Amino acid sequence: MSSHVAVEQRGAEVVLTDFGWHYPGREQPSLSAVSARIRPGERVMLLGPSGAGKSTLLQAMAGVEQDPDGESRSGDLTVNGLDPRDARGSVGFMHQDPETQVILARVGDDVAFGLENLAVPREQIWPRVGAALAEVGLDLPLDHSTTALSGGQKQRLALAGTMAMHPQLLLLDEPTASVDEQGAVELRDAVDRVVAMAGTTLIVVEHRVGLWESVVDRVIVLDDHGSIAFDGPTKDVLVDARELLQKQGTWVPDWTPHTRPAPARDAQAAPLLETRGLAASRTQPNSRVVARRRRRGRKAWAKGRPVETDVFGNGNAIPAAANINLTVRAGQALAITGQNGAGKSTLALTLAGLLLPCAGTVLATEALAGDAPADPSLWEGSELITRIGSVFQHPEHQFLCSTVRAELEYGPLQAARHGAGPGVNEERIDSLLRRLDLEDIADANPFTLSGGQKRRLSVATVLASAPEVLILDEPTFGQDAETWRELVTMLVEEMERGTAVVAVTHDRELIKALNAVEMRLGA
Amino acid sequence: MTQVQTNTSRTRKNTPQKSWRVVDIVVAAVLAAVCAVVFWAWANLLYPVATTAAVAYPPATGMIGGGWLIAGSLGALIIRKPGAAIFCELLAAVLEGFLGTHFGWTVIISGLVQGAAVEIVFLLTRYRKFGLAVAAAGGALAGLFMGVSENIMYNFEWALDQQVVYASLTTLSGAIIAGVLMWLVTRALQKTGVLNGLASGAARR
Amino acid sequence: MSVTTIGDTARFSPVGRSNAVVKLLGALLITAVLVVSADPVTSGIALLGQLILLSAAGQKPLRLLLTLWPITVAALISGWGTAMLSPEGGTVLLNLGWITVTTGSLAAGAAIALRGLAIALPGITVLLTTDPTDLADGLAQTLRLPERFVLASLAALRLVEVMVKEWSVLASARRARGAGNDRGPVGMTKEFGGQAFTLLVQSLRRATRLAMTMEARGFGAGKRTWARVPSYSRVDLYTGGAAVLIAVGAIAVSMLMGTHRFIWQ
Repeated sequence: MSSHVAVEQRGAEVVLTDFGWHYPGREQPSLSAVSARIRPGERVMLLGPSGAGKSTLLQAMAGVEQDPDGESRSGDLTVNGLDPRDARGSVGFMHQDPETQVILARVGDDVAFGLENLAVPREQIWPRVGAALAEVGLDLPLDHSTTALSGGQKQRLALAGTMAMHPQLLLLDEPTASVDEQGAVELRDAVDRVVAMAGTTLIVVEHRVGLWESVVDRVIVLDDHGSIAFDGPTKDVLVDARELLQKQGTWVPDWTPHTRPAPARDAQAAPLLETRGLAASRTQPNSRVVARRRRRGRKAWAKGRPVETDVFGNGNAIPAAANINLTVRAGQALAITGQNGAGKSTLALTLAGLLLPCAGTVLATEALAGDAPADPSLWEGSELITRIGSVFQHPEHQFLCSTVRAELEYGPLQAARHGAGPGVNEERIDSLLRRLDLEDIADANPFTLSGGQKRRLSVATVLASAPEVLILDEPTFGQDAETWRELVTMLVEEMERGTAVVAVTHDRELIKALNAVEMRLGA
Repeated sequence: MTQVQTNTSRTRKNTPQKSWRVVDIVVAAVLAAVCAVVFWAWANLLYPVATTAAVAYPPATGMIGGGWLIAGSLGALIIRKPGAAIFCELLAAVLEGFLGTHFGWTVIISGLVQGAAVEIVFLLTRYRKFGLAVAAAGGALAGLFMGVSENIMYNFEWALDQQVVYASLTTLSGAIIAGVLMWLVTRALQKTGVLNGLASGAARR
Repeated sequence: MSVTTIGDTARFSPVGRSNAVVKLLGALLITAVLVVSADPVTSGIALLGQLILLSAAGQKPLRLLLTLWPITVAALISGWGTAMLSPEGGTVLLNLGWITVTTGSLAAGAAIALRGLAIALPGITVLLTTDPTDLADGLAQTLRLPERFVLASLAALRLVEVMVKEWSVLASARRARGAGNDRGPVGMTKEFGGQAFTLLVQSLRRATRLAMTMEARGFGAGKRTWARVPSYSRVDLYTGGAAVLIAVGAIAVSMLMGTHRFIWQ
């Protein structure tokens, strides 16, 4: 495919000798005394618990790590006998965030970027760009907008941009963590193909072991202290280290963490939320119009008059999902599934009273609404949080305070200020901190937590106000098995208490574990 | 492959680095972009108020003028390199023009003038002091430069005393919004850990 | 206001096909002349010239001014402000205590409004007809601005769209937590600050990741080549010529008529 521009290249050799990494101000080193020799063309998967310094190791190999005071590293690390910082251009590196993996606005320019930086002569650039795009299976015009690509396509574009530079070592840091199942498989196949073609040495950090099992021939497992616990052929290590990996929260093949069984399905359970002919859209009137509608709507409701519904003007909002009729029942779980772009998240936000429907209605039953209007989009913030708890996909979007404890107290305080709750119940807060294993970090700044901790905190903040409906957007996405187990346990406990759970998800295991009724959009 | 610039990123000593690493440049550019977006949202929120003020008593708009100046002082406080204030303020001004409503190329002049004001103050400390007083002084000078340059470029028909009122208000607004407030924001950012890897993040340790 | 949605026809017009740097320099020249000139004749001629140029770019000038109404409104407001604060004398037209409008100050205000509109247009023209990538190519290769800064700015510009989307997501995410309840000015300002802070944190995270991506692709490592060279053609001669004609013509005509006045006069 790319033979006419192929240059002499083989995989790089990576040698680690007592390599260590200790960030200033941290108690534990991220990596300690790591020694390994990775042969040219070898394909290695690097596993270990979160926070064990896997990313740091990859970044050090790529020469892009941030060494704040220049004193974090110890020991030796060479790529083809060179310090990685002098071997840039021969090392390709990709991380997990598709949005910042794309640099420029046009597909062709983005792939050409690395070649320009390597000072490749102009006449060689475009043939190499075309070849790289073909290798990763992206058949797009060179001036196609990069913004219009899906997450998976963005990752393959980044792979093309990296491989166009003809690296001898390819480093992938959880490349599929933000990509859906299909995108992940396509990306893995593309990596398999390009690496085979060029003989590149490959090191991949992943938590989806099953996805990469067939691609790699060696697995290295790090322990909690950042030292090597296992190192050997894929088949052997995955058997020998299985127990350790499970304990670390790695998703080993054919295994789901054991969780408490969810309540049985009950089609007669009390309804809390119902939609009729609902159409949901991302296009919303501006915030001033929304506020005015809420004000007028509440006035109309107080006087028992109908609430004005058409505030979209000309009805030009394009629905992401239309004609939805569903019922959310107490103590039951509902899973909203469907392809990317089927409008799942938009539907969830509309259900939660955070977006206005562009047609049809969302109505809370008497059991949920109590003394508030039946239309959740008319609720004040304090009415909302004590009835419906929404957990967004990115936990940081919902952080409001400077400590973990303050985050948990925020909702109850807010509700009490508006006479909608008893105020802060220290016992409930403490028990939440304990249940979610956040006790030790109660005074930490929420933004400094690890990914799993942030996810647990974002669920806990919502639970602190004791809502009767929980709406979660991709709660388990990119989480390790341990966080997954804790989340599911918590959700099941809430269901036992009579809380309804609505989850937008791709995760089949989650649907099974919650005993959820599935609603597939765009089928 | 030859190394020209990157070796600056591997200096082992803890002395203030004057040269720009890749991460400094990219963070500065993104910082300017986010300031432009925040300013755009701020202008949307305040549109009714600002328009009323402009119709009732134009010099009063100087009170919110400091909102224009946040990029320069945030750039200097976070990046801590010579030129950061000018680069951030200039890029933010151009992007604000893109997003905003009164786009004219005079934003280039405004960006350079206002950025230079902040730059002068940090230059006087030789880029060693980034405290509250310095930040407030930078914001105030930027506000003053803003008021004076706008008086020259747009408000030249106003009576002189009105021009003085306007420049005083922009100075005050600059000191508070671009100075004190941005210093507080920088401190809050340090606590989130997102500045680790930058001079302002390393300074905290 | 979405300028980009009305830009498609403009982009393929002769002006749209001109080189970005030529357009930018032309726009800067017109702007420079307008900034230093205070009289309505210079502004009026420059405005007229620009509207003719925009018609050549496939825009209907009046419709454009309506679509971009905030700019028109802003120009009118600044005109009003001047009419109110100008010390010019003449017959008193309006007296509301602190507001006094005279024939003299009204004329000054009208001149300011006209000038404001004329200054805004070069920005709109370039924005409507230029792709930022092409502009960056020109800035770095033709004008030789520091390439690392130009490219980083271009990459940051791509993130603006992401940030604007994130801004609205943040509003819902925070409402879901019960924030933003207070409608008073203090409450609204506080909520705005919180939302802006979160956007800042997210953007800084993104910036460090983007820097890592760019560094891993060899950015900033030394001399680089360019996959594309900015092209110049006969069209640029016309566009550039038109800009010079507008700028020089406006000031020359006004001077010949004896109406020209610099802002410091």
